Amino acid sequence: MIATPSIGPAAGSPTESRRRSYALAARMRRLATVLLSLGCGVALWGLVSLRYPTTLLPSPAETWDAGVELWRQGTITDSVVKSSQRILLGWALGLAVGVPIGLLMGRFAIIRRLLDPWVEFFRFIPPISFVTLAVIWLGIGESSKVVLIFYTSVFIVTINTLAGVLAVDEPKLRAAESLGASRLRVLRSVVLPSTVPYIVTGARLAMGNSFLTIVSAEIVAANEGLGALIWRARNYSRTEWVFVGIIILGVLGYTFDRVLRIFARRFLGRFQVRV
Amino acid sequence: MADVTIRFGDFVAVEGADLSIEPGELVCLLGPSGCGKSTLLSAFAGFIAPYRGEIRADGEPVRGPHVSRGVVFQSSDALFPWLRAIDNVTFGSRLHAMGRAARRDEALEFLRLVGLETAAAKYPPELSGGMRQRLQIARVLANRPRIVLMDEPFGALDAQTREVMQGELDRIWRETGCTIVFVTHDLNEALLLADRVVTMTAGPAAHIKNIHRIDLDHPRDVDDPELRRIHVALRDDISEEVLRTMSSEGVTAA
Repeated sequence: MIATPSIGPAAGSPTESRRRSYALAARMRRLATVLLSLGCGVALWGLVSLRYPTTLLPSPAETWDAGVELWRQGTITDSVVKSSQRILLGWALGLAVGVPIGLLMGRFAIIRRLLDPWVEFFRFIPPISFVTLAVIWLGIGESSKVVLIFYTSVFIVTINTLAGVLAVDEPKLRAAESLGASRLRVLRSVVLPSTVPYIVTGARLAMGNSFLTIVSAEIVAANEGLGALIWRARNYSRTEWVFVGIIILGVLGYTFDRVLRIFARRFLGRFQVRV
Repeated sequence: MADVTIRFGDFVAVEGADLSIEPGELVCLLGPSGCGKSTLLSAFAGFIAPYRGEIRADGEPVRGPHVSRGVVFQSSDALFPWLRAIDNVTFGSRLHAMGRAARRDEALEFLRLVGLETAAAKYPPELSGGMRQRLQIARVLANRPRIVLMDEPFGALDAQTREVMQGELDRIWRETGCTIVFVTHDLNEALLLADRVVTMTAGPAAHIKNIHRIDLDHPRDVDDPELRRIHVALRDDISEEVLRTMSSEGVTAA
C-alpha cells in the first residue's frame, strides 16, 4: 500500500495523478496474478480431461457447453434463485435465533448451563443426518430445506456470539453500570454493540455452512436448485452438469461473502468490524 | 469506609483499611504498583464486595455500582467506540432520561467543560489519548455524581499530556466542587492535586500507612517549600515500601 501523507499535494496535481496511476498499475498486477492462477488451473483441468471420457471427467469446453445449454433452458437462473432463497432464509433465521441465544447465554449463567449441553451436542451432528427426519416431519416442501439451512447456521452463530459476549471489555461493563444503566440496557447498548465483530464472523461462517448444506438439503424432492441440479445429473449420467453446479456454487458463495463483507465494512465499521 | 478487608479466595489484597472522605475533598491514594489501591477504589465503586468491614457513601452502605459514584478508568476501553463523543456523554442515566434538545445542550456543556466541544461528533478511536480521558471525565461528570473515583486516569498518557491533564483536572475540580478520590503511583501528581494524600503499604494484605494533609492553594507551584517538605515525607513513605517489596523478592538495593 502507498502511504498517504496528511499534507499531500492537491488532487489533480501532477504528483497526485502519478500516484493514482501507480495505484492503478498495482491493482492491474494483482488482477493479472489472479487471472493467471485461474488460467493455469483450467489449463491443467483441460489437459487431464483429455485422458478420460466425458462421463468420468468432462473437459472445460464440454462443461462450458453444458452450462450454456442449461442457461438457455433457464435451469441455471431458476436453480440460483431457488437455492439462494433457501440459503438466505435459513441463514437469516439462524442469525435471528442464534444472536439472541448467544447474548443470553453469555450474560446469564443459568441460561448458559441449560443450553450449553444441547448446543455442544447438536453442533457435531451433520445436517445430512437430519434429511430423512426433515422430510418425515416437514414434508417435501420448502420448509424442510430451510430448516436444514437454519440448523447448519444457528449453532455457529450462537457460539461466536457467546464468545463475543465473554470477550467484552470489563471496563465498558463497569462504566455502564456505574453510569446507571440497567441490566437490559447494558445488554442492548453495551454488550450487543461490542459483540458485533464476532457476530459478523459467525454470520460469515454460517454462510459457508449453508452452502455446504444446500446440496444435502436438496437431495429429496427438489425440482429446482443447485443441489437438485447436481443430484439430477446422476440420473442422466451428465457429469458435466455436476461440474456446472459445483462451479456456480463456488462463485455464488464467493459473491455472497463479498457482499456481506462490503456491507459489514460500509455499515458496521464503527463497531470495530475488520473483515 | 471502616475496617475494610478485601480478599480474592485466600489472597488478602487489602486489610483493615479505615478512611473517611469529606464532601468536596480531593483525596489521592498513593502507593507502589500492586499495593491494592485500585482494589480499594473498585470496592468503593461497588464493583467488588469487601470480605469484611463496611463502605458507606453519604451514610448509605455501598451495594454495587451506583450513579452517585462515577468512575474514570485508566483504560480508555471504558469508552464506547461505536458512539460519538457526545453520545458517550449522554449515555449516563441523568442525561438519558432528558428530552432530545435538553440532553444535547447539557452534553455540549460538559464537553465544553473538558475542552472537547469541537470534537462532539467524533468517535473515540479518532481522539488522542488525552482527549479520550477528558471524554471519560465529561461522561462521568454529566451524571452529576456525588463522588468521582479515578483509577490512574492519566497513567497511560505521555508526560507532557499528563501535566496538562493534571492542570485541567485541578481546574474542573475547582469549577464543579465535586468530591474526588484519585488513585495514582505518581508522587508529583498527588502533590499537585490532593487535599490529603493517603499512602499505602505494599501488598499483599496492604493497609493504609500514612495520611498527609496538604493545605495549599490551587493551582500549586511545585517549588513551594511546604510542598517540597511533603514531597520528601511522601517519597520516604513510598521508597520504604518499595524497598521492602524488593527485599522480599530477593533483590537488594545498593
